[in-house]
Amino acid sequence: MSFSRRVIMFRRILRTGVLNFIRNAWLGIAAMAVMVITLTIILFSIIANATFANTVQQITDRIDISVYLKDTVTVQKREELVKQIGALENVKSVEYISKDQALEVYKKQNASNPDLLVAISQTDNPLPASLQIKPRDPNKIDTIKTFLEKKDIKELQSDETSYSGDRKDAIDKITSATSFFRQAGIAGVLIFAFISMLIIFNTIQMAIFNRRDELTIMRLLGASTNFIRGPFIVESIMYGIVSGVLSIVIVHTIFTISASAFEASSIGILDIDFSTKYFADHYFIFLGLQLGVGVLIGAISSVIATRRYLKFKTSK
Amino acid sequence: MILLDRVTKTYNKNGQALERISLHVEPKEFVIIVGPSGAGKSTLLKLLTREEKPTSGKIIVGGIDYETLKDKEIPLLRRKIGVVFQDFKLLPNKTVFENVAFALEIVGMGNKEINHTVPRVLDIVGLKGKEKRMPPELSGGERQRVAIARAIVRQPRILIADEPTGNLDLKHAWDVIKVLEKINRFGTTVILTTHNQDIVNKLKRRVITMQDGSIVSDRANAEYRS
Repeated sequence: MSFSRRVIMFRRILRTGVLNFIRNAWLGIAAMAVMVITLTIILFSIIANATFANTVQQITDRIDISVYLKDTVTVQKREELVKQIGALENVKSVEYISKDQALEVYKKQNASNPDLLVAISQTDNPLPASLQIKPRDPNKIDTIKTFLEKKDIKELQSDETSYSGDRKDAIDKITSATSFFRQAGIAGVLIFAFISMLIIFNTIQMAIFNRRDELTIMRLLGASTNFIRGPFIVESIMYGIVSGVLSIVIVHTIFTISASAFEASSIGILDIDFSTKYFADHYFIFLGLQLGVGVLIGAISSVIATRRYLKFKTSK
Repeated sequence: MILLDRVTKTYNKNGQALERISLHVEPKEFVIIVGPSGAGKSTLLKLLTREEKPTSGKIIVGGIDYETLKDKEIPLLRRKIGVVFQDFKLLPNKTVFENVAFALEIVGMGNKEINHTVPRVLDIVGLKGKEKRMPPELSGGERQRVAIARAIVRQPRILIADEPTGNLDLKHAWDVIKVLEKINRFGTTVILTTHNQDIVNKLKRRVITMQDGSIVSDRANAEYRS
């Protein structure tokens, strides 16, 4: 077949598919509704996942270990210690906070308490210098702990090491919630994708049944397999496109409403601001993803359905 | 043009629909197949259009050996054979013009060429001026002529007409037969099945009589004795 004929055929298949989509819109509503649910779940799963990951990251960043140094520790000794700690595995950064800096911080924190400020300015700076250690993985600070508790290191410290590890519980909770939501999301997506495929099968089967006379005539007149099944595939892909757009619109609407309802707030561990921003930042990627997944579901299920319900074999 | 060699068709357990049929049709011939219902006429035509496969035997049509024909090549075969049915098989929601154009659309002919070809064919079958009618508005004879126009618009070398006059009164039946004769004069091989004695007797063509799945007579310029 010549190229121009192929183009003509392709155009006709597209046109017939779109026309049938419009004509059968009421038939396709069920298929599209379930596909919208599927796609919306996918989108929410991705956003929730990113939001949880962000929350964990924020909390993790705040976890640190403070080592308070005696005033007698020399600069040389201190720098050696910083080097040693920095060389430990799982240490992300070590920061030296001098006595003056500590005082500055203390003043800032207690700015609303002038009595205290007066009191502290009248004495020598009582605050110790310290090293702020940030671990890479807050769950594995044991090596750091062991090092800090060595006798010769311990001698340099003025106070007990402070582990702001009380936040670890919160992190664990979020992490397990994240993996739960991720699994639930994947399960939901799979289940709904499967249901929407079944419904598309059914829709196509009905469309084929409704048009059986026309299809018989097409076959008897020598229409090729692709010319007969093509419009059904186009029709299902249209379901995917419409559903993809709808799901984006729905998610967008939900974020718009929630942003105004919970103005700049976060509910528990879900940071709505972050979710909204994440959604907005990846808008076109998400749109592409939703369209892609929708088109894929439509195409796969219609290819299978037309193979099943359109008979192309000659009876023997 | 058409060659059948010892073709047998058996349906499951219900016995044989066709039994060792051998038949040869020359190009440009006009052949009438007659016989009572259940004699195997329709089965024979379905084998020619490859709606069904023979259980055994050889079929060659227009140089194509059906034994080596793949399923995906069937559409190409059907484009070379025009078929007309007793029940017309027109698309009720398309106009006369669109019904005929449909046969060209599905093979990828451009719109310009379609608009040029279809009116000429409608003229041949005597439906000039009725392009915009819908099939339900037409008489039986007119509908069948639309079907014939659709069958010949791609200029097939063979036209198969399965009881095309079966649903028509005598006057309309003759309109249809005259169109078939005209097409035959243009050089198309025509295979016609019919029950109508009057038509067979007046046509004076080659008549093949079938009974119980076999050919019982095959004579030129014959008359139909039931």
